[in-house]
Amino acid sequence: MSRPTLLALQVLVAVVCIVLWQVLSTVPVFGKILLPPFFFSNPFDVFSQIVKWFASGVIWKHLGITLAESILAFVIGSLGGVLVGFWFARQPLVAAVFDPYVKMVNALPRVVLAPIFALWLGLGIWSKVALGVTLVFFIVFFNVYQGVKEVSRTVLDNGRMLGMSERQLMQHVYWPSALSWMFSSLHTSVGFAVVGAVVGEYLGSAAGLGYLIQQAEGIFDVAGVFAGMFVLSAFVILIDFGVTLVERRLLVWRPTASDGRG
Amino acid sequence: MTTPTAVALEDAKVAFRLGDGRVYTAVEKAHLAVAQGEFVAIVGPTGCGKSTLLNVAAGLLKPAAGSVRIFDQPLAGLNRDAGYLFQADALFPWKTALDNVAIGLEIKGTPRSEALPRAQQWLTSVGLGAFANRYPHMLSGGQRKRVALAQVLIRDPKILLMDEPFGPLDAQTRQVMGNLLLDLWNADRKAVLFVTHDLEEAIALADRVVIMSAGPSSRIIGDWRVSLPRPRDIFEVRLDKEFHSLHREIWSVLKDEVMKGYEQSTHAKETV
Repeated sequence: MSRPTLLALQVLVAVVCIVLWQVLSTVPVFGKILLPPFFFSNPFDVFSQIVKWFASGVIWKHLGITLAESILAFVIGSLGGVLVGFWFARQPLVAAVFDPYVKMVNALPRVVLAPIFALWLGLGIWSKVALGVTLVFFIVFFNVYQGVKEVSRTVLDNGRMLGMSERQLMQHVYWPSALSWMFSSLHTSVGFAVVGAVVGEYLGSAAGLGYLIQQAEGIFDVAGVFAGMFVLSAFVILIDFGVTLVERRLLVWRPTASDGRG
Repeated sequence: MTTPTAVALEDAKVAFRLGDGRVYTAVEKAHLAVAQGEFVAIVGPTGCGKSTLLNVAAGLLKPAAGSVRIFDQPLAGLNRDAGYLFQADALFPWKTALDNVAIGLEIKGTPRSEALPRAQQWLTSVGLGAFANRYPHMLSGGQRKRVALAQVLIRDPKILLMDEPFGPLDAQTRQVMGNLLLDLWNADRKAVLFVTHDLEEAIALADRVVIMSAGPSSRIIGDWRVSLPRPRDIFEVRLDKEFHSLHREIWSVLKDEVMKGYEQSTHAKETV
């Protein structure tokens, strides 16, 4: 299928959904409105809410806060994940000792930690960052751990036979291998950084997209809730697009699925 | 004055401890000497421990008994005089062809600005001058082998250890690679220990062909000198009469071992 046709069809899906939503929430069918505006609002109200946010500029502050929290959560979580992942992979004893605890903490639904972080770190951005970190950390940690452990035996031996010292092996073999695994999970970890930030905001904060949605919900402003959701989606798509660009730059050496010669 | 032997294995025995505590002896009483400038091929049935022997010479494996001497010095740790060409892909997938070759020098502390032009020269001499910026996955199997060859040779090792380096390649590419190897080798005649299961390849390339018996506890059971004139062309040499008589002679010994090795491997599968 050609690109324009695909794009046209994709747009068509959105148009049909929005039109249906608008019609069903305003025009009675057999004397009954199928989507009561109180619960479902309507596209027009949602859209005007979004426009109002951007026109007044109030949204930028919230977007900025959520973005800052996401970035901090991603950076801190990744850093921690890389360091601990490396450490565990190179020290099997440490990995074996901590293994049950890592599994235990990872099994815990992170949302339940939100109240604890709010208590410890207050309602500012750091409790949200902490929540995001607990999500990002484990993804990066497991990937880096795997990446270091699964360095090809041959490539490693080759490095040794070429005369690499332990430090050079680290730099030229373990590190790139671990990074490639980390980057391959970039979409997931960035996504989780945003999830951590928004959920944290939703559960208790004074700013951010999660806060906006929570506030709107508090006054039964369904249009506000939907508007917040749409802005959030657009926000995540933009970030994801950025990640794709970064990935393309960093993983050029990787065979793609369509490249038969693996 | 006698020149020192490049690689000397004396009564080398290689054993592995299996998972259930038993000891598996891969190679027993291996006695092998490679002189300076000599090209020696080791041929044997699959699973006879010929790669194991190579790893001992490389210092990747320690012999359970016997000694390994490199230029008359006992080998401790990795063999720093040797370049090793692996059977499997051993290039760094995250480095371009050029960087893969240059790394051989950079490890030794050669500045990058100096290493890159020399790496480019080496790529050109293995016929890949135009592929410097490709990553390994963008190269064919044969091209990857060429890069690997350049990566090893740029360090100018005194000994070249090769573990079925052309094994994964198709028949034509193998011959082309064999000729390339001979050309490069002719320039400075390093000591080469070349492991293969392909007797024809061994005779065509080497000065001496060493045959190993089927494993376990395999031994060296034959040692033939190949006196075909050099420089050789692999395509031509196969038509030579001496090539054929030598091939027949060695094959009569090797055949029994191949059958034994085959029976053992199928038997082993049944008992597992």
